[in-house]
Amino acid sequence: MSAFRSLSWAMALGLLRDRTAVFFMLIFPLMLLALFGVLFQNESTSRSAIVQVGDVAVLDDLPEAEFAALSDALTIEKTADRERALEEVREGDVDAAVWEEDGRVQLRYSAADAARAGTVQGLMRSVVQGANLAATGLPATYELATDQVEDKSVKAIQYFTPGLLGWAIAMGASFMSAFTLVQWRRKRILRRLWLAPVGPGTVISARIGVSLAFSFVQVAIFLAVATMPYFGLKLTGNWWLSLPLVACGTLSFMSIGLLIGAWAKSDEAANGALQVVIMPMAFLSGSFFPTGDMPGWLSTVADFLPLAHLNTSLQDVLSRGGGWGDALPVMGGLLLFTAVVTAVAARLFRWDST
Amino acid sequence: MIDNTAAIDVRGLRKRYGDVQAVDGVTFEVARGEFYGILGPNGAGKTTTLELVEGLRQPDEGSAHLLGEPSWPRSKRLLRRIGVQLQASAFFEKLTAREQIHTFAALYGASRERADAMLDTVGLTEKRDVRDDKLSGGQAQRLSIACALVHDPELVFLDEPTTGLDPQARRNLWDLLRGINSTGRTVVLTTHYMDEAELLCDRVAIMDAGRILRVGPPADLIRELGANNLEDVFLQLTGREYRE
Repeated sequence: MSAFRSLSWAMALGLLRDRTAVFFMLIFPLMLLALFGVLFQNESTSRSAIVQVGDVAVLDDLPEAEFAALSDALTIEKTADRERALEEVREGDVDAAVWEEDGRVQLRYSAADAARAGTVQGLMRSVVQGANLAATGLPATYELATDQVEDKSVKAIQYFTPGLLGWAIAMGASFMSAFTLVQWRRKRILRRLWLAPVGPGTVISARIGVSLAFSFVQVAIFLAVATMPYFGLKLTGNWWLSLPLVACGTLSFMSIGLLIGAWAKSDEAANGALQVVIMPMAFLSGSFFPTGDMPGWLSTVADFLPLAHLNTSLQDVLSRGGGWGDALPVMGGLLLFTAVVTAVAARLFRWDST
Repeated sequence: MIDNTAAIDVRGLRKRYGDVQAVDGVTFEVARGEFYGILGPNGAGKTTTLELVEGLRQPDEGSAHLLGEPSWPRSKRLLRRIGVQLQASAFFEKLTAREQIHTFAALYGASRERADAMLDTVGLTEKRDVRDDKLSGGQAQRLSIACALVHDPELVFLDEPTTGLDPQARRNLWDLLRGINSTGRTVVLTTHYMDEAELLCDRVAIMDAGRILRVGPPADLIRELGANNLEDVFLQLTGREYRE
């Protein structure tokens, strides 16, 4: 076996046998993806709920087609107990209670959620007016024509898949390169390799090769999970551009790991420094929640974070139909970041931990 | 093939770290096939001297030639001819004994069969599927020596290979080291055990404070100085007890 292949093999085996590392770099982000996918699955269809007490003619006599259309926006529960229904409204379990008394349709709502209250009032008013018009037997003077447009808004899964994937890649690449450096220095493998007839290029390319391979495995598994019908991620045409993007992102996170590994004297120090850097970076880069409402100065900070740019462009190419125009500038920026941080790391580099 | 250049030719090596003159003008020569010991207490400059000789560090002054070639700057051709054991812990993470030596074999272009044979030579065939952190101290030392020998080097450096071992494990290792030397290889050993040097080495260099105080066969040094053993020799040369 060549030196390159055997070094790559040694690093890959070392990684796969490190259960903690595999858990935190692969399983844990996947668990979050599954969790977020389930939690936010019905986010866009938040229907209003009302309780119908006894018979209400305008609702009971609604033609089936209109009732079905109403059900898209409104859940109707039935009960005989008015007091209980009102109690549920007060406690916020339902948005309104409705009953019929002496030919009047009575609606009681809570003002706690003004938007919901407004929606329920509007819906019930249209039902009552529709019934009034039908009672006159006259044709309608005005008609409302509706149609659906193609939906380009970002669904939860389309947002979380690129964000969590970016975070997983950032953790994997930075932790692996930092720990390789710190452990190899501590165990004197760096010096041992210096005394073996292999060039630094061979060692570095083996490390980069293994990290890239691991990142691509992360991409494959993430996309396989997110595109399952249950989670429902729809990939757009240029989704494969995520691969070169992830490759550039991996290099930039490896450079962060190199910098921390060059500075840290022990595994614990490296671990601490990585957590302090990667977690806030993931939050500011929108890996866990949208950062559109961030104060201006925080957005400025985020502009310097490679993960922020990786997340945005991953989202563009994976689920928003983005192409080379979205990906290329980001790749260039990530490579520039890599070059600068690696140069700083090289200046800090030491052979020995003492 | 007859090659008359010395296995090691070191002249006037100096190395300073900040205020500490770690190596202060070291000169010595090791003949082909010789078993050479560098002796001294911790902090005497043994390890730095060895690192300069191996080419791990650049000397401030002086030169070191191994097998006729300068060891600094680094030369892959020379590195193929020398074997280095740094410490028993210089292993890759989470690999078994067999995977470790196969990796080192690949770095030197040695075959897997050769690696397995080497594992057998140091008596680790039964432990080949054990990970490095589960090996005993003696087993780890033997594995690291096997890794240093896997490409059949002409010159071998061993840095304190018996440190931290129990007496039985040390004796087992001595047999192994004698065997390595008897096949014609040049062996350089650093140690702070006098008895070890006395038993194994053809010649020893006694170091203290970055300098070589005396070089010679252990028996000659003992006779010249009228000492009972190397421990007394050290006491006579430095005026202090050997053990800190």
